[in-house]
Order: sequence, then structure tokens, then C-alpha cells
Amino acid sequence: MTTTAPALLTRLRGPLTFLALIAAALLLLPLLLEPFRLNLFAQYLCYAIVALGISLAWGRGGMLTLGHGVFFGLGAYAMGMHLTLASTAADPLNTTGLPQFMVWSGLTELPWFWKPFTHPATAIAAAVLVPGAAAALLGWSVFRQRVRGAYFAILNQALAAAFVIFLIGQQHLTGGTNGLTNFPVFAGHSLYSPTAQTTLYTITVLTLAAIYLLFRHVNNSRYGKLLIAIRDAEDRVRYLGYNPTWAKTLAYALSAMAAGIGGALFVPIMGIISPSLIGVIPSIMMVLAVAIGGRYSLAGAATGAVLINAAETTFAETFASGWIYLQGALFVLVIALAPHGLAGLTRQAATALTRPRTRTTPPAPQDTTTGSPA
Amino acid sequence: MDALITQLPVGLAIGAVLLLAALGLNFTFGQMGVINMAHGEFIMIGAYTAYVLHAWIGVNPAYSLIVALPVAFAVTGTLGWLLELGLIRHFYGRPLDTLLLTFGIGMILQQAARDTFGAPNVDVPAPPWLTEGITLGDIRIHYARLFILTLALTAVAAIAYYLNRSRQGRQMRAVIHNRDLAAVTGINTRRVDATTFFIGSGLAGIAGVALTLTGPTGPTLGTNYIVDAFLVVVIGGLGQLRGTVIAAFALGMLNATVEAWTDASLAKLIAFTAIVALLQARPQGLFTVKTRALT
Repeated sequence: MTTTAPALLTRLRGPLTFLALIAAALLLLPLLLEPFRLNLFAQYLCYAIVALGISLAWGRGGMLTLGHGVFFGLGAYAMGMHLTLASTAADPLNTTGLPQFMVWSGLTELPWFWKPFTHPATAIAAAVLVPGAAAALLGWSVFRQRVRGAYFAILNQALAAAFVIFLIGQQHLTGGTNGLTNFPVFAGHSLYSPTAQTTLYTITVLTLAAIYLLFRHVNNSRYGKLLIAIRDAEDRVRYLGYNPTWAKTLAYALSAMAAGIGGALFVPIMGIISPSLIGVIPSIMMVLAVAIGGRYSLAGAATGAVLINAAETTFAETFASGWIYLQGALFVLVIALAPHGLAGLTRQAATALTRPRTRTTPPAPQDTTTGSPA
Repeated sequence: MDALITQLPVGLAIGAVLLLAALGLNFTFGQMGVINMAHGEFIMIGAYTAYVLHAWIGVNPAYSLIVALPVAFAVTGTLGWLLELGLIRHFYGRPLDTLLLTFGIGMILQQAARDTFGAPNVDVPAPPWLTEGITLGDIRIHYARLFILTLALTAVAAIAYYLNRSRQGRQMRAVIHNRDLAAVTGINTRRVDATTFFIGSGLAGIAGVALTLTGPTGPTLGTNYIVDAFLVVVIGGLGQLRGTVIAAFALGMLNATVEAWTDASLAKLIAFTAIVALLQARPQGLFTVKTRALT
């Protein structure tokens, strides 16, 4: 009977930590951080949402997605298009009803694919469904033909490169290099007010938590086990009678949807979306964050994204050159020495601390309770 | 059709550079399963080698290009050899990890170039005997483009000779076909791997020198070509020459012609769609090396 209370505590430790983190993020941080810092932190959380998706596709499914910036960008542009239209409509000086960059490019009518985005609900739905559908289409067509591993990674990267060149080239439709920006209004409210920013932050925290729980559930389900099996030995899974194509396509699409949601939240928080935020290099940085945090752990991946982006804002301005060397070195060090990332390191440290010292003294027979954490 | 003909020299020149870049990638990928993302930076280093020879050491521009080719081959080849020796050989069998690892190396090399030569582009003057061109009907052919094409074809011929006639090249093919069997027959696969890496990286250096003829040289020079070079490998198929040559010129022509009649921004998306469509029919690329090894 005496072991019940600690056992219960061990079992509840995960959920309790999770709730404590959310409570701290929702109640404490808005009080502690000034609005500018809170806004920055909300941006990092958007990248954490993307990181959850990459962890699902890469850590679980073994699909190295070097082009997640594309899906992040699709979500971000869906939201950005709506915000641009809403702000144009609210602007009394703009008589054309067209976004500024379209007027400058000589357009007289709104392009057809912009029209659905006048309504916020369509924009939000598109921010989730368009990345999901794009990933499902690409994933299905290549996984079906057993194109995988490095080939898949290279195709992803090529997609990111092509997407960015397209966005820059079609300036009259997409805003070009400048991207979409200058949207102060969402659903009749000013986006720049502190209350709006706090609301956005709260939504981001809750979304992150919800997606974390969802992906955790996916990982612990039979389907999650199947993904691991496919990652480690796809052909054997096929011999066992499963169809890896569908399992992989689903994981890839879910991962892309998470990236799309991250992008859609990112735009009103950041106030801009442009091709330089979603190209080949930003995409690979998203992967770096997950590698550092720990690709096999959802919590690790999300933490990695927050840490690497926080480090970026801190270091990039003061010593840009050194920061790039450090990033490169981090890539090498993490892959070479800690493939499980920070999550793996903390787990190792935890077991090293709690494990009885078997090297110096013989293991204490059957007395496992003495090994409880100090 | 007109566009196809007038763009022919441009497309062939782009294809030739892609070919030089992809040759090295193809063999390191096909033989060792290593995705070397730093390959693009080796191209950049090759280009800067030509710049250093001209601007720092002051080699006469009339023949600095000819000097730069072997020097760049040696410089980038040695870098690649060191990279294989120090890092990559510990990660054989983990292709995705080598990809990220070498990307980190690439970032460091790129920033080193930026710190050494400055962020703005530099120019390497073409030798006087390559600045002219000839006109055949509607087609304007620059000697520089002709030179790049000749260079690429020479490289292909040299590699073909190496693979088919020389002892080391045959050993390399044996390792590509089946590493374990090759090792059993007494081939020193470690040495073959190192040689392959040296040659592959050296070819990147030559591609870099060739690129100085087409435009300015900057720290991000390689990044612009690396994605396309990898696509050439994916389309062409691993471990053999034929597919790489065809795929390089096909992608070069596709880029040049589609750019001519729509605009550059759509060209890449169209090319990407075409590649995914091609993979539906030939998931392993155009040509494959038949092997009995389990994958």
C-alpha cells in the first residue's frame, strides 16, 4: 500500500507536467513578458507546431521532409491572402478594392483564386486542407512507386526551391519578394493592439497543446506502431500484408497540415509572410530544430524549435557570422554525437542519475524502490 | 520550335554544368549511398579557386582558366577526400544523416567564403580567346558555352574510360554493384570509397571553374545548382553514366526552353511536375544498375 502514492505520482507526472506547462504559458508568461517578447515567443510556438509535424513524419515515419517550408507557406499565404483582402476592404483610401501590389502590377480585377479568401472561414479551412491535399498528392504519387529515403528528401527540397521561385516570379498574384504584409485588421479588430496579440498567443498555445495531444495519440496507437515498422523495415511490413503507401501518405499529410496551421497562426502574429521565410534554407532550419530537440520525441521537437528560434533572434543580430558557424557545427554535432537530440540526452541523464550504481556496487537484489528519483 | 533552336546553346551549356556537378554526386550516392550536400559548396570553392589564381596570385587571364582547372580539381578533391576520411565514413548506411551532416559542413564552408571574399559577387574575367562567338543562322554561339560543353564531354569521356578500362575504375564498378562481393574478392573497398570521393568532389571544382565563365561568383553559387544537380541524379538513375548525361541535358534544355516561352518562375514548377510524372513510370530513374543486392 505504501507504493501506491508514488506509483500514482509517476503515472500522473506526464499529464501534470503538461498541464503545468500550459498553465504557465497561458497565465504566467503574458504577465512576465512585455508585449514585444510575448509576440516573439508566439512566433517560436508556431515553429514548434511545425516541429511536431516534422517529428511525426521524420522521427516516426522516417520521411525526411526537407520542404516543410512549402506547407508552412501554403498555410501562411492562405491566411495572409485573407488578411490582405480584409485590410484592403477596411482601408478608406483604397477605392479599387484590390491589394496595393496588384494595383501597382496593373491588375484591374481580383484573380479567381483570391476570391474565396474574402471569407475568414474559407481561409482557415484552406490553411489546413491545401497543405494536407498537396502533401497527400505528392506523397501518394511517390510512395506508391516506392520512392523513398534520400530521393524523397531531394524531391521535397526541389519542391521548396520551385515554390519559392514561383512566388517571387508571379509578383502580380503573390506579392513577389515582398510577400504579403501590412494587414492591420482581422474580423473587424485591429491586429496590433495588445489584447489582439495576447488572444493570438493564447490561441497558439492551445493549438500547440491540442496538436501535441493528437499526435501523441497517433504515436501511441496501432497506426503509430505501424509507422515505426515501416520506418525500420518497409519491405517486411509489405510482406506482412500492410500497405505502407497509405500509412506514409497519411502521416505526411498530417505533418503538412500541422505545418499549415503553424503558418496560418504565424502570419497575424508576425505581420508578414514572404518567400524568404519558407525557402530551402528555412525548411532545412525547421529540420535542424527537430534534430536538436530530438526527432523521436514530440516534446523534444517542439522544445528544439523554441530554443533554436530564440537563439536565432538572440545571436543573429549581434554576431551573424558566428551564428551561422554555430548552426553548421550544431548540425554536425547533433547528428554525429546525439542522434536522439536533447530529448535523448535528458533521458540518458535521468537514467544515469536514477539507476543504482551497478559498476561500483553489485545490484541490490529485488529492491527496486531504492532507485526512485532523488 | 524556334525557341528550342535558339535556346539550344544555352540549354546545352546549363546541361553541361549540371552534368559536371551531377557526375560526382551520382557516384558518391550510387556507390556509398551518401548524399553530399556540401557538393554545392565544392562547386563554389572551385569557382573561387579560379578567382584566387587570377586576382591574388595574378596568373595571366589568357591561360589562368587552363591553370585553374587542374588546381580546382586538386583543391576540391582534397577537401572531399578529407570530408570522407574525417566524417562521412562513420555514417555509411545512414543516408539521411549524412545529408544533414554535410549540409552543416556546407553552411560552414559558405560562411567561410563570405568572411574571406566578402558577400558581394566577384568577377573572374574570361580569357580573351573565349569572349567572342559565332553566329549560325539564328543561333548565337558563345565560345565560352562551347568550351563548357567540350569540358563536360571530355569529363564524361574520361570517366567512361576510367570506369571501363582502368583497374581502379573496374573495382569501383564492382563496389557499386555489390559491395560485399567486391570486398570478398579482395578489393580494398575503403580505398575505392576514398578515391570515388576524391574524383567526385574534384569534378565539382571543375564545374565551379566552368561557372565563372557564365556569370559572377558568390558564396551562394553552389546552392543555386545543387538542387538541380540532385534532380539529375534522381532522374538519371544511380551508379552509371548514360542516365546522368541524358538527364543533365534534358533538364538543361527544359530549363532553357520553358524559360524562353513562359517565364522562369513557372519553369521550375513545370520541371518538378514533369519529374514526379516521370518517376511514376520509372521510379528508379531512367537507367538502373541491375544488382542482386537487397535494398
